[in-house]
Parts: sequence; structure tokens; C-alpha cells
Amino acid sequence: MALLNELAKKKEGLVNGHRLCPGCTHSVIMRQVLAAADTDKYDIVVAAATGCFEVSSGLYPYTSWNIPWIHNAFENAASTISGVEAMYRLWKKKGRTDKDVRFIALASDGGTYDIGLQALSGAIERGHRFLYICNDNNAYQNTGNQRSSATPFGASTTTSPNGTVLQGKSQPKKDIMSVLEGHHMQYLAQASPSNWRDLMNKVKKALDVNGPTYLNVIEPCTTGWGFPQHKSIEIAQLAVDTCVWPLYEIEEGRVKINYKPKNKLPVEEYLKPQKRFAHLFKKGNEHLIEEFQKQTDRHWEWLLKREESGVSY
Amino acid sequence: MGKKVALTGNEAAAHAIRQINPDVVAAFPITPSTPIPQNVAQFIADGKMDTELVTVESEHSAMSACVGAAAAGGRVMTATSANGYALMWEILYIASGSRLPIVMAVAARALSAPLNIHGDHSDIMGGRDTGWIQLVAENSQETYDNLIQAIKIAENKDVMTPALGAFDGFNISHAIEIWELEDDNKVKEFVGEYTPLYPLLNTKEPVTHGAWAPPDWYFEHKMNQLEGLLNAKDVVVKVGKEFGSAFGREYGLYEAYKMDDAEYVIVAMGSVCGTTKDVVDSLRENGVKAGLLKVRLFRPFPYKELADALSSAKAIAVLDRVSPAGAQGGALFTEIRSALYDANNRPPVINYTYGLGGRDTQPQHINSVYDKLKTIAETGKVDKQFDCLNLRGTWG
Repeated sequence: MALLNELAKKKEGLVNGHRLCPGCTHSVIMRQVLAAADTDKYDIVVAAATGCFEVSSGLYPYTSWNIPWIHNAFENAASTISGVEAMYRLWKKKGRTDKDVRFIALASDGGTYDIGLQALSGAIERGHRFLYICNDNNAYQNTGNQRSSATPFGASTTTSPNGTVLQGKSQPKKDIMSVLEGHHMQYLAQASPSNWRDLMNKVKKALDVNGPTYLNVIEPCTTGWGFPQHKSIEIAQLAVDTCVWPLYEIEEGRVKINYKPKNKLPVEEYLKPQKRFAHLFKKGNEHLIEEFQKQTDRHWEWLLKREESGVSY
Repeated sequence: MGKKVALTGNEAAAHAIRQINPDVVAAFPITPSTPIPQNVAQFIADGKMDTELVTVESEHSAMSACVGAAAAGGRVMTATSANGYALMWEILYIASGSRLPIVMAVAARALSAPLNIHGDHSDIMGGRDTGWIQLVAENSQETYDNLIQAIKIAENKDVMTPALGAFDGFNISHAIEIWELEDDNKVKEFVGEYTPLYPLLNTKEPVTHGAWAPPDWYFEHKMNQLEGLLNAKDVVVKVGKEFGSAFGREYGLYEAYKMDDAEYVIVAMGSVCGTTKDVVDSLRENGVKAGLLKVRLFRPFPYKELADALSSAKAIAVLDRVSPAGAQGGALFTEIRSALYDANNRPPVINYTYGLGGRDTQPQHINSVYDKLKTIAETGKVDKQFDCLNLRGTWG
């Protein structure tokens, strides 16, 4: 990979002036993604789902995008990019372009885990060549922090609020990586903007695959999760170091964990700085933190076993 | 040279798509339009067209992929019916609001519940305000001709609006008729090449498609879009004439069948017009001044031209193949009646719903409508503004 000072000089695909919240990691992730793309070799076209990032970067009569970008609706980033990519194949076939163009579909967890899951599954099965990136901010943040199937256990959201009887979301987070792995695509991975070099390596690798690929990225949300604006990357790092958000990739079915914390931190370290988990620390709710730890450990140990087995598909 | 063929309405639509040879077709099967993507897939498999076919997992994704492909820069077509059309509904607005000239064949069908796979206009009438141009065919020939013309209408620079060519499910989609299949090259020459205005795939000049518009811009966007849709009216006439010179079948906004001195007039759309023409013929033989005004362009609705065409009528019956769903009458009725408000001649207008869910409409039913119109013209009295044709029991 190019040196950091070289990357810093690269022409930006996403420029400043967008309206994301201060401390939002959407733009941080996207700049890492576009810095990783080998734009000397190929051009990038993006299809975005409705969401925070979309409304903040494509507000008529302005745009923050220096690369071709299309927004269609909430649930159809994957089917939209299918159409774009099909037209590209046609252009190639008929010699209307000699350019190498690669495609990225962009959504958050609402547009991926929930309302957009069918479109995503269909697009992967059809084998379109595109990288689907889910910036997972654990809830429907654009409409004001309502629970999604990506909301972790115990988190208080506006539709799974902490109250006198209920203590936040009672179900565990959906394991979207496992759901998508069942499509037996060549490459899917999970990354974090805190570990930017790892994220960029994964983007580069995914964009070189001649088929569908998927990247699940943790996208700490200062507004919805309730932490100070300057802590976003720190929160992402804590998710990684507690193994709440393991960094791993699945290549042809083989799991590789890219980062194993030397000192695996207890989940409290990740939960404590976030207001959405504040109620878990109230007297009498200790069992909820224990449950959170149990779910985290179970997944981490399962991943370790899968890696150890070396099984591929 | 064209040749006479005996094929179904779906095959007529599929042959139009083959000859147009769009860059991308994204479609999902649904009765009764399923044979369209099937035929297209076979044409591609046999090397008779080189379209990229995207076999999506739903109609929602079909229209979403069409939007992506059209924005990417090229000619895009699809086909659907009924619930599939309803599932597209959200994206139909996005296609028209994004000014993407997608062309869709719709084998018009009843909407659930109860589940019914047969023909009526519930789907396209439900979507009449989605901002699409809507052309309605009477038979297979018109199905074929309309889709070919729809390409030129939708892609006209003053229009840039998606268009659908509708034809009645089963009555047309599955009926074998004899129609004229034109020469491939002549159709290709007629539709010409399409040059997209702002292709997403032109990475040298990056464009943002689908930016959102706040209250200080949304209104202007929608009125600009409306202008494009309204411009389609003149373009429909222009393209209809061009089609006439190229293939010998000229089209306009409507067809006036024995309307010159018609006193008793039925206004209708779709396959029922064929039955109605037969009834008009026999009534005329008996000296009854019956006529049919067949609406071809439903959106944009040519209200002035249609009101003018009704200037000799003494009584009018509008046939709707859709439930009024709580309105004063069916969609065509309310449009026609409103159009007549500004006309010099304002005869009584009654409304019938017919043919829901594939219910047969026979000459005897159409005859009963003309009988009713005669009575209304003689007495000047309308006892029932809304009624049903061939419904068990009586309505109201």
C-alpha cells in the first residue's frame, strides 16, 4: 500500500462541506475506502441507500461527491448497482467504453440487515461485480435512533427504550456476516475505521474480486450512541479490543481473524462510555452485562474455532 | 417488409422488445406478463438480441435496477402486471422524478385481495399519478406498435419521462391474434439510437443522480417534471404520425370510432373497445347514432381534445375496468366528466365498472349500455350515475 503521505495527496472522491454530524465516522470510512481504491487503474461509481450519509452528502443543489454517485431509495442500493453494473457490462461488450470501472454500493445497517436484505441477497446471487459496504451504526440513525436487527443486545434506542419494565433491546444482534456467507461469495470481511490499514487492505482486495464482495464496517454514531464527538475512533477501537467487533475476513469460506487483542478487554470498557448502555450499569442490571459478555465471547470463540479448523468452501 | 403473424399479445410485446434491443432489461415474472421476460430470455439465448437481462429477485428490484441502468446511460425496458406493478410503486415515482425514459410493458391485471390473476385496470389506474406516460392498447397490434412508439416518446428531449404500454391481461396478453410484425431493421431505424444526457458511467464528468431536494427546491423539481410529462401529449401525436408514415398505421391521442355524428357514446380503454366497435356497427346498421371514443393516452390526460371529440354526444357512458374505490366514479369517468365541465356541450354522463378480475364483457352488455344512453337522451333523466356490467344481482 502507498505511504500515508502519498495517500494524503490523492484526489478526494468525497470532498468537504457535507452535512454529517461532527464526529461522524461515515466520511472517515469513505475517505479510507476511496484512498484504498487503486484509482490509477480503475474508476469508482457509487450507489448509495437513503440514510444519514446520503442526505448529508447529496443535497440539491450541492454534492460532496467528486465521483459518479447515485441515490435511489432506502432498500435498493444493491439492485440499483445491479442495473448500473449491467449497463457497464453492455457498454464494455459494445465497445462504448474502454475504462475499467468498479462499483460500490453503500448502505447502513437499516438498508442492509433489514429493509435491503432481499435486494442484497439477490444481487450477490446474480454475481454482479460490486463491493457492498455496510456502515453499521447499530440502528436507524437517520430517522433518530430506532432499533434495527443490528442493534446490540441491551442497547436503548427510541423503539427499544430503557424503561421501568424493559431494559433496552432484548434480542441479540443479527450475525449478518453468517447470513451473507451462505451466498458463498469469494470475499467478505469485517473492518473498523480505527484499524484503517486493515480496512484499506480489505477494500483493495474486495475491489479486485471479479464478483460480489461485502464489507461490514462499524460506524460509531456520536448522536445515537451518546458519546463525545472526539471519541468516535476510540469507541471503534474499544469495540475491536473487546471483541464486540472482531476484525476478520472470509475468503472462499476460510475464516482469517486479522487482529487478536493481546489483552481482550471486558465488554464494560466498550459499553461504559456510551449513553445507550448507561442503564446496564444500574444496580440490579449486572446480569445484562453478563449476558452481553456471554454473547460476545460465544461469537469470538466460535470465530477462533472456525479459523483454527481451516475449513474452506 | 412486415409480415402477418398469429401470436399472442405477450409475444407482440416481446417482439417489440427484441427489435428495440434495449441495452438492459430487468424483470421479474408475474402472471399474465411472464411470457415477456421468458421470450426475451430465449431471444437472447438464441442470439437474436444482445440485451443484458437482469433476472432480479422482485419487481421492486426490477424497477430499481432499471433506474440504475437508465441512469448509468442507456435504453432500458421491463414488463410487469398487477401486484408486481404495485411492488414497483415506490420506484415508479423515482424513475419519473429522475427523468429516466424507461419503457415498460404492462399486461394489466386485477390486484389482490382476493387473489385474481385475470385482466382489469386496477394496476395501471392505481399508478396513474406516478408521473409515467400511460398508453393503453386495444389489441396485440397496438400493444406492439405502442411499445415501439413509447421509446421515441419517452426519450424525446422535451419529455424525458418513463412510459408504459398497457394491454389487458389475458384478453390481449394470452389471446392469439393476427397482426403485422414489421421488419427488424425498419423498427431499429424508427427508434434510432439513444444518447443519454448525463450518464453515470461517464466517469470523466462525475454526476450526482438522486440528490434529495429540501422544501426550497422540491416544488420546482416536481413542476419541471410535470412540464416534461405534459409535453408528451404533442410528442405522442408527432410520433404517432411518424409511425403512420413508416408503417401505415397512424396513431393519435384517441380513436374516434363512428363519432362524427354520434349521439350515444361510450368512452373506454383497452380490449373492450373491440367488442364495443362490433356493437356500434350493428347499431349503426339499424340507424342508431352510436359511437365509441377510445382513449389511447391516459397520462398525460388529453382532456381538451377528448371533450372536443364528444361535442355531438347526447348521452355518454364511461366504462371503467376498475372499482371507483370510493370516488364519484372510476378514474376514466372522473376525468371525462371533469373535462366536459368546460365544454359547450355537457350531456349527461354515466359510469359503469366492468370486467373486474377477468369478468367477461359481451356484446349484450355493451348493448344494454347503449339502450340506457337512448333512454337518458330521450328522458333527460339519469336515475343511476354508477352501475356495473355483468355483476351478479344488481348494484345499489
